Amino acid sequence: MEAIRAEGLTKRYGSTLAVDAISFTVPAGATVGLLGGNGAGKTTTIAMLLGLLVPTAGRIHILGHDMARDRFAALAVMNFSSPYVALPARLTVAENLRVYGHLYDVPRLETRIRDLAAELDLTALLRRRAGELSAGQKTRVALAKALINRPRLLLLDEPTASLDPDMGDFVRSWLERYRAASGATMLLASHNMAEVERLCDLVLMMKQGRIVDRESPAALIARYGRQDLEEVFLDIARNRRAALAPAAAETPAP
Amino acid sequence: MSRAVRQPINRAALRRVWGLLYRHLALYRGSWPRLVELCYWPILQMSIWGFTASFLSARMHGVAGVSAGLLLAGVLLWEVALRSQMGVAVSFLEEIWSRNLGHVFVSPLRPAELVAALLGVAMARMLIGVGAAAVLAWFLYAFNILAMGPVLVFFFANLVLMGWWVALAVVSLILRHGAGAEALAWSVLFGLTPLSAVFYPVSVLPGWLQPVALALPSAHVFEGMRAALLHHFFAWGELAWAGGLNLVWMAGAIWLFARQFQAARVRGALLSIGE
Repeated sequence: MEAIRAEGLTKRYGSTLAVDAISFTVPAGATVGLLGGNGAGKTTTIAMLLGLLVPTAGRIHILGHDMARDRFAALAVMNFSSPYVALPARLTVAENLRVYGHLYDVPRLETRIRDLAAELDLTALLRRRAGELSAGQKTRVALAKALINRPRLLLLDEPTASLDPDMGDFVRSWLERYRAASGATMLLASHNMAEVERLCDLVLMMKQGRIVDRESPAALIARYGRQDLEEVFLDIARNRRAALAPAAAETPAP
Repeated sequence: MSRAVRQPINRAALRRVWGLLYRHLALYRGSWPRLVELCYWPILQMSIWGFTASFLSARMHGVAGVSAGLLLAGVLLWEVALRSQMGVAVSFLEEIWSRNLGHVFVSPLRPAELVAALLGVAMARMLIGVGAAAVLAWFLYAFNILAMGPVLVFFFANLVLMGWWVALAVVSLILRHGAGAEALAWSVLFGLTPLSAVFYPVSVLPGWLQPVALALPSAHVFEGMRAALLHHFFAWGELAWAGGLNLVWMAGAIWLFARQFQAARVRGALLSIGE
């Protein structure tokens, strides 16, 4: 089953074409990286997948729901985390999680909050205000919010941005464990190529609003004849080198 | 759809509304300046106008009591509309200020549920603010607004409704123009005060302005209030006009909100609205 199916997805702002008729699928249970330089169209694509932005053209199906007609059913089983969208700073961590637990109609909410807090090392922070936390603590709280409804699809915008290596590794390890335990699908936008190599089954490379390449990280590295994904990213971003072989057909299984 | 399927959806909708109500409850519980702000302006208004009424009463023998009553009732009832409008608009702005709208709009919360929660918060804010002013009026000036009787419920309901539709229009403008429209949250309804005939009858206004005033539900409410206080007469006609106009304006405001919400989704403004 596909967790995401996007067909001919286009977003135009006046004369600017932000996303240019992209099509892709994300198999259920896969972790997919959405990569590209600044202005490549990643954020616009994620905003359309979340229903925050209406596409100029194209269709999106999330877990079988047509986002144009049935987006609230899809939104109930997905969630989102971004360091650029804050949680109310004056509310405590527990209050923030309670708010979103109610919005997502989470059963046995207090137990869920307690369990998430224990798993993400937040128990000591539950009574602290969100605005008083460090960047690493805020990231873990945002992750707890994104997981409050046990989402079947998790959209992550730069999940480890501004984190130190220790905290970044904690978050990546946690995401790996969550995926293994829940079978959830993840789509993450990231500028950390090592993170993408570690977490993702498939990479969608975007440039100027188009998907210019797609493959597993290992297959992309091999096709471009490089040592790591960062070099592949630079090849594509700077038009330095074309792939040594054409891309394989479609999305690999997770 | 069967009743069995429909019930859990309704329960979930109520829970989503409660989620946003709880968000504001938690905010006020942890912020005493916000709690003070709820009562500050209504009490200040009541103090200024109350002492003014006392001063005038001492010099206007015969009609003194009635005039003071008209003034204080006008102040209190107009605060109902003002606080209702500001309650909705400021609650929406709280989400913008906390950069939280992105999370709210990617949750299953429907726009109608968002509005329902904002109205709930506004009602609570208004009851606290106006309640404090009403207690002050009773304590300092021996003016009891409840003495107006059951008709007060109709005045109250119409002014709350008017505050809400004005607020929906303001929120629509914030969705359209972002932070640049924030100032409207505080100023729009104040601007309608001269046309609302709070302290004088509509007939005082110039002839060309009277139809404009009569297009506002508030002008009919305050005409009704004067009829009740001066002549002990229940002006059903005025209340019917107020109710009818409120329905028309509310329908227009809902249409505007729905249109601007969709336009914000097309423009991508829901993520960048605070900028």
